[in-house]
Amino acid sequence: MSCFISKYADELVKNAAYIGTPGKGILAADESTGTIGKRLSSINVENVEENRRALRKPFVELMKESGVLPGIKVDKGTVELNGTNGETFTQGLDGLAQRCQKYYEAGARFAKWRSVLKIGAIEPTELAIQENANGLAMYAAICQQCGLVPIVEPEILVDGSHDIKKCAEVTERVLAACYKALNDHHVMLEGTLLKPNMVTPGSDSPKVAPEVIAEYTVRALQRTVPPAVPAVVFLSGGQSEEEATVNLNAMNKLQTKKPWSLSFSFGRALQQSTLKAWGGKAENVKKAQEAFLVRCKANSEATLGTYKGDAKLGEGAAESLHVKDYKY
Amino acid sequence: MAAASATLLKSSPILDKSEFVKGQSLRQPSVSIVRCHPNAPSALTVRASSYADELVKTAKTIASPGRGILAMDESNATCGKRLASIGLENTEANRQAYRTLLVSAPGLGDYISGAILFEETLYQSTTDGKKMVDVLVEQNIVPGIKVDKGLVPLPGSNNESWCQGLDGLSSRTAAYYQQGARFAKWRTVVSIPNGPTALAVKEAAWGLARYAAISQDSGLVPIVEPEILLDGEHGIDRTFEVAQKVWAEVFFYLAENNVQFEGILLKPSMVTPGAECKDKATPQQVADYTLKLLHSRIPPAVPGIMFLSGGQSEVEATLNLNAMNQSANPWHVSFSYARALQNTCLKTWGGRPENVKAAQDALLLRAKANSLAQLGKYTGDGESEEAKKGMFVKGYVY
Repeated sequence: MSCFISKYADELVKNAAYIGTPGKGILAADESTGTIGKRLSSINVENVEENRRALRKPFVELMKESGVLPGIKVDKGTVELNGTNGETFTQGLDGLAQRCQKYYEAGARFAKWRSVLKIGAIEPTELAIQENANGLAMYAAICQQCGLVPIVEPEILVDGSHDIKKCAEVTERVLAACYKALNDHHVMLEGTLLKPNMVTPGSDSPKVAPEVIAEYTVRALQRTVPPAVPAVVFLSGGQSEEEATVNLNAMNKLQTKKPWSLSFSFGRALQQSTLKAWGGKAENVKKAQEAFLVRCKANSEATLGTYKGDAKLGEGAAESLHVKDYKY
Repeated sequence: MAAASATLLKSSPILDKSEFVKGQSLRQPSVSIVRCHPNAPSALTVRASSYADELVKTAKTIASPGRGILAMDESNATCGKRLASIGLENTEANRQAYRTLLVSAPGLGDYISGAILFEETLYQSTTDGKKMVDVLVEQNIVPGIKVDKGLVPLPGSNNESWCQGLDGLSSRTAAYYQQGARFAKWRTVVSIPNGPTALAVKEAAWGLARYAAISQDSGLVPIVEPEILLDGEHGIDRTFEVAQKVWAEVFFYLAENNVQFEGILLKPSMVTPGAECKDKATPQQVADYTLKLLHSRIPPAVPGIMFLSGGQSEVEATLNLNAMNQSANPWHVSFSYARALQNTCLKTWGGRPENVKAAQDALLLRAKANSLAQLGKYTGDGESEEAKKGMFVKGYVY
């Protein structure tokens, strides 16, 4: 066996498979304090702990009761990579093992680490790809030793004027490097999840149909992601709520080899209309929760390829959520 | 005849099959063309670090003839062990007293070009109230700083370690520069009895390369130290083999990270048999193997190679260094010793103020011996028994 079997192996496999259950997906609610502040200010709510809690209220026990596995963001943000043109690497490896052990004790069962790459004239450079892939692999190995399923997230930003073919080429190259690094670090793939970008044209390029996105995306995965990986949970990367759902749905409708579940791990694309409906007012909580469930249900259907595009569009559901050079 | 299609889709209304038409040359702009560094103004510039010239100058200064590095960067825990060995408590005052003794030895700068400090010491004053860094600079000794955060278990390996310390390294190194440091040190280890596994070697080399790039950007000359541990029963040929692989990988990754080789120093272990090997090697053999390794793996652009002592006795470390300097080398071949410079000095001091001068004399004696060894002129006359005692500690944690 080439991978390292941690004492948590069975639990990791079970939890990874559970997260990828057809019909389910991930709510990414791990915005840093700074980032959640931007969300709250967009609806004129002050960024204080009381309000952050009021919006998310994710008590670990409450989640567990509803069959929702708690996960935890463990990276410490991106830092510029010296000698490059604005490329970055992700920090957070120092003392990671101890932190993961504490998170496990507190009830977390999966972790997340976001690496970021961009497409430019010569980007992503080999250095950026190697450093980010290596960081992801180290983080993944450490997580598994501590009982947390690592979500491997090599986000290739949508910023730019490149076409979908370029995005596909870069995505394939990056994913290949990631899986090579995971293999070198003896990570047990059955106990991991992948959180990639969908393959799309750049944000400054003309849009294409969901079916096109679906074909390029699934083909890229077929070429680089081993079947041992139980689920691919896409990031929304600035797509509107409705776009992200429709694209995911198209992927699940495709008649082709898909040995992994194709699901979602959406932040903005699950919360946008919910946030607007709440507006910070206690009397809007029920309305906001309804809006939230509308998006959850739509995405659930999208993982089964049965979404009909008929979700009641809340305010903001069709709004692009793209922010240039997004820092999460 | 249907065109060959690489698509795995049963039917693909979208993907254009003409992409895969037989005979078509697949000429497309590829992302993986090797390119010049984006910010380099010309082919002669490896990288446009604002500190480029200063780094080269600092490295050359440290690598000056007849001089080497005093490694005094023991973490508080390790310094505690040193103090305990002479019956002293591990307090800040005792650490301060000991480090004061070392940096104030008169004329130390004749033999010592650089001193590696632990963070506490970099911000500390001597018992006379002068900043440690100021005393060093006055002695013509360049202050350096240990920047790694120690070794932790490497998951997926064969019980091997990796070195932490990259988080926030950019800001830390900038702060250390402000405080007066001009070079940095990061120690990672490779263990032959445990393999070493390809993963451990790769992780060691990659970490060093990342640290080196960040240090240079902050104006600190990085000392690159992949210590191949002495522990083990292996013979000298096996050490040589592993060292070849480790250094090849280190330099490849340094290049990938655009590190300026003229602005680094190396701190390798000498090529010797393992500590538990039945066959011992003479200084001549150690020199032959080590020089062979250096010639085959170290680019001449590197200004200085400062060997670690790794548990050899004070005299052994000096003899081996001397043997390596019997003829001219393309790089300055010198020392960066901790135990092999401090051992007798520490024992002579024993924590007593009345012994300070004698202790400093002991330090200067070793420093001078190694200075002579750097010049290939060491004769070994007048060495004490204490100095000949081996200092190998199995599973040594630094």
